[in-house]
Amino acid sequence: MLIATSQSMHFAEPLALTSGTSIRAYDLSYETYGSLNADRSNAVLVCHALNASHHVAGVYEGQAKSEGWWHSMIGPGKPLDTDRFFVIGINNLGSCFGSTGPMHANPDRADGQVYGADFPVVTVEDWVNAQALLLDRLGVETLAAVMGGSLGGMQALGWTLQYPDRLRHAVVIASAPNLTAENIAFNEVARRAIVTDPDFHGGNFYQHSVVPKRGLRIARMIGHITYLSDDVMNEKFGRQLRNAVANGGATEFAAGPPQGKLAPSGGSAAHEVASVGATESAPGRPKLASTPSGGSAAHEVASVGAYLYSTQEVEFQIESYLRYQGDKFADYFDANTYLLITRALDYFDPAREHGGNLSKALAGAKAKFLLVSFATDWRFAPARSREIVKALLDNQRDVSYAEIDAPHGHDAFLLDDARYHGVVRAYFNNMAQEVGV
Amino acid sequence: MSDQSIQHALAQLVPQGARVLDLGCGDGAMLAYLQATRGCSGYGVEIDDANVLACVKRGVNVIQLNLDEGLAMFDDASFDVVLQIDTLQHLRNAEVMLRETARVGRIGIVAFPNFAHWPNRLSVLAGRMPVTKRLPYQWYDTPNIRVGTHADLGALAQRAGLRVVDSFGLQDGHTVRFMPNWRAGTSVYKLAR
Repeated sequence: MLIATSQSMHFAEPLALTSGTSIRAYDLSYETYGSLNADRSNAVLVCHALNASHHVAGVYEGQAKSEGWWHSMIGPGKPLDTDRFFVIGINNLGSCFGSTGPMHANPDRADGQVYGADFPVVTVEDWVNAQALLLDRLGVETLAAVMGGSLGGMQALGWTLQYPDRLRHAVVIASAPNLTAENIAFNEVARRAIVTDPDFHGGNFYQHSVVPKRGLRIARMIGHITYLSDDVMNEKFGRQLRNAVANGGATEFAAGPPQGKLAPSGGSAAHEVASVGATESAPGRPKLASTPSGGSAAHEVASVGAYLYSTQEVEFQIESYLRYQGDKFADYFDANTYLLITRALDYFDPAREHGGNLSKALAGAKAKFLLVSFATDWRFAPARSREIVKALLDNQRDVSYAEIDAPHGHDAFLLDDARYHGVVRAYFNNMAQEVGV
Repeated sequence: MSDQSIQHALAQLVPQGARVLDLGCGDGAMLAYLQATRGCSGYGVEIDDANVLACVKRGVNVIQLNLDEGLAMFDDASFDVVLQIDTLQHLRNAEVMLRETARVGRIGIVAFPNFAHWPNRLSVLAGRMPVTKRLPYQWYDTPNIRVGTHADLGALAQRAGLRVVDSFGLQDGHTVRFMPNWRAGTSVYKLAR
């Protein structure tokens, strides 16, 4: 078992930010796995997405269910093999898992107040710059690869543009060259839910000893809906009534939350859906594998229990699931961090400085690329990955692209799919040969 | 005729150092061969998951795409050579893809099984669809949804306004230039706009 140890590094020099401001002094939390080889050529940086952290792999000593958020992908003998590569996870600035964020003391204030709403807006580019500084201190000049999914993939792409000579490969999974209007819209709804929560207090809720949990819950519920595909949601929940499940089988989930992930670093819906899968074995619950559309199976389920005829109570299983996810998230995630990270997603757009021409934007990239997308991902659709592929083709860069026909939507990037992991494993195997590990 | 002997014969048509797009590249063997022996670079396009994995394992650039969706991702004349080796017969939009091949590549090299090869003709004369080494499938389970001849492809190229730079047959590892429509199991065309 790979044991992870969270570490922290202090940076006394100010970091200039894209917005024109700077952050005066800051700490970054990080973890490393495996060991750096003699010629320092086997380092792989793994970038995290919206609600994850530097805890990408392994477990914390003596803590059950503390697996890193990408433990299916990274570890000894895994597709990204920590027996061969020196893997680094870094918690991004503004996050809430150890690195300096809105909940930490603002050094610009004499009264010792926390940043709160005053935490500067950070961008993907800023994160990449901070990551580079941490790697300097670790003695890693050139990375074998930078890898990330979703927002993490944007950081990997950012690396190829900001530090083209410091990485040989970029592994960009379920990502996009920028967000679409619909995607920004989802982020905006989530942000409005948070900032209009009376407990938000303009972002300075810490002083009031409250947390805008209602807003965070709604934000998380919206997120969860968009991370899954319609088919998977129907397969897992259909029109199943919470009542019917509670009466019929008293599954762990119906009675209360399923085994929650202890570590707040957990990626997303997919992990939880996997555990909710237990509901499928409830008595009277037909197996839906053959009818993922939910149509006919849903009718059978509906006949199992009676409606409550209530507008406020949880009627359908999907409602129970979303409320549970929302509650859990609101218990550990910082509201200002949510605003900051969704904004970083919105702002990312390397083509912007090039008149919207992504091919021109990627002209400076030197890395070799592996891109992976998932057919049912509608939040970061395959078409968006193909835009990146096209821009790389226009620049005659080395690129391979796999489009995995997985049913799970955006969350597929966190799941163990043999086709997906096979391609990533093969790619890293070749890389290992390149660097001689 | 083995895949490998077709590959090696077709590789002779690819200029040294060419940028190559291999449509329906399979396990990437042809591209790997071109890279190793002729200093070529480029990409394969493949739809099948297992083949995409095989390409990545070989270290060959591969783009997972359905060719029936076209080649919109590729600019005009962005490759020296576009290969379509045993691909055309699987495509729903065979005519469009022939034009696309010549649009994206300065030259297109198309190879496919020649249905007019004499053993096939004999088989049809005897009343049965041919099952041979080159066409190993039964009529009811063949992945070849386009069945054409060496002569047919020439006519289609003309219809599509493409220039036939060269055309010949391949049989038992040899080039067939005399009556290829009768004498060759594989038809080869070198096309340009």
